[in-house]
Amino acid sequence: MKRFSGLQTYAVLYLGFLYLPVLLLPLFSFNDGTIVAFPIKGWTLEWYRQLGDQDMLIRALRNSLMVGGISALVATAMGLFAARAYVRYNFRGKGFSEGIVMLPLVVPGIIVASSMLILFISMGLKPSLSAVILGHIFLALPFSVSIMKSAFDNFDVSLEEAAFDLGSSVFETFRRVTLPIVAPGIISSLLVSFTVSFDEFVLAFFLSGNEPTLPVYIWSQIRFPAKLPNTLALGSLLLLASVMLLVIAEFFRRRSSKSLV
Amino acid sequence: MIPRSEFAKGFMLSVPATVYVAFLVAAPLVILVTYSLWTQTYVDIDRTVTFSNYREAFTDPLVRHLMIRSILIAAAVTVVTVALAYPIAYFIALKTQRKTLWLLLITIPFWSSYLLRVFAWKLILGFNGVLNSALLALGLIDEPLTFLLYNEFAVVLTLAHAWAPFAILPIFVSIQKIDPSLLEAATDLGNSAIESFVRITLPLTLPGIIAACLIIFIPTVGDYVTPSLVGGSDGKMIANLIQVQFGAANNWPFGATLSLLAMLSVGFVAIVFVLGMSGLGRRIR
Repeated sequence: MKRFSGLQTYAVLYLGFLYLPVLLLPLFSFNDGTIVAFPIKGWTLEWYRQLGDQDMLIRALRNSLMVGGISALVATAMGLFAARAYVRYNFRGKGFSEGIVMLPLVVPGIIVASSMLILFISMGLKPSLSAVILGHIFLALPFSVSIMKSAFDNFDVSLEEAAFDLGSSVFETFRRVTLPIVAPGIISSLLVSFTVSFDEFVLAFFLSGNEPTLPVYIWSQIRFPAKLPNTLALGSLLLLASVMLLVIAEFFRRRSSKSLV
Repeated sequence: MIPRSEFAKGFMLSVPATVYVAFLVAAPLVILVTYSLWTQTYVDIDRTVTFSNYREAFTDPLVRHLMIRSILIAAAVTVVTVALAYPIAYFIALKTQRKTLWLLLITIPFWSSYLLRVFAWKLILGFNGVLNSALLALGLIDEPLTFLLYNEFAVVLTLAHAWAPFAILPIFVSIQKIDPSLLEAATDLGNSAIESFVRITLPLTLPGIIAACLIIFIPTVGDYVTPSLVGGSDGKMIANLIQVQFGAANNWPFGATLSLLAMLSVGFVAIVFVLGMSGLGRRIR
């Protein structure tokens, strides 16, 4: 690139717009004042230190970790099977099935949340963390299916056939050939599904009852101006966690496929 | 191992995911319809079938107002997001060598919590917020700007930020697919840069633009967090009213009716849009 073109300038400005809110939270979480405005009064770690004393926060964190962990495992298992079917086999109804699995991406959140609430109550399942898990599996499935699809795309079927020919059982072949090759895809899918669940708010807001997940807890804190610095500190930690998880997931996904996007 | 047909294997493997999603889409829909035909009488639900919820929804000016505003805001968000994103997609696809780096840079912020990003915008745009205090400190304004927060502008800005990668990625993919020789041919035949953009690049990227519009428009109509945090009373949307029915107002049948109507409106607008756009695509060519 010889000169700094207009388009390039625009791209850099746009990047600034994208990063502005994400960088502001951490910046003001170190601010030694309770109002989020310039000039910054001084630097402190007090807001972070106080987080450790809040029992509800710790409980919400535990809830979120559990919900995210279980949702990620189940979504990835289902995604693994489905993606293998889509990549490996031709069967009637394949296109239909692939379309259905992507639906959770396009249904408005409030409609999913309200309709699941009614459904679960009608089935006798009270708002609870179990209800949130069922909802988050639903939301994470499209992500795990697409990640696992790209992992299987680069998988050479003849390796499995060779293992069969050499006398391996189905289970042995899966454990010793298939699994190690698609393992990076599985890790990536686990991390992405976990992050989807960990950051999700509206569904958890409707379904969690009196056991808040972390975003639901944050929502309850946003209303109190006095709690603002703590919320900023907590938010910054969450931002950091999400971005780190995703960068690791991306690393594994790239190892399992050579696609660009 | 018993040899089985490809159909059986593929079918069995994909069944859990398909059935799970299909069930959680279809069953709530059936129940929403059922509930919308019932009525709430204080703490109990009257299971006599009636259309009174629909009658109420169609005659209540607040419902109509919020529904129309939700669709207009979602349309504005879609237009603004796609317009801002197109040059970026174009830049990444055609004007830079570091495609992977740029794509990564654009997606990273969006893996952070949506709730927190909206919350950050609230802090930026507030009366005593980041932007106002920065402008005051720099001496660019004498008193805080009041038009920034708690209105439609704040909602559109926040959502245009939230949906950025969902516009950039599909458009990037469609630009990436254009055969460069087409653009060279256009130049050789005497087209200016703008002419070949309008006559080749734009029509060929129409599928990407349509995809981006749908991905943004459909969920935006039902967005709850952004109007609640930065919308104020002028920026409230239909999702806020739906949430109230399931929360404070405790009128689930009416909430179910509103959810269904919101879904139908979104579907209707989306279908009209897709038909209109494909008609436009044929005209340009």
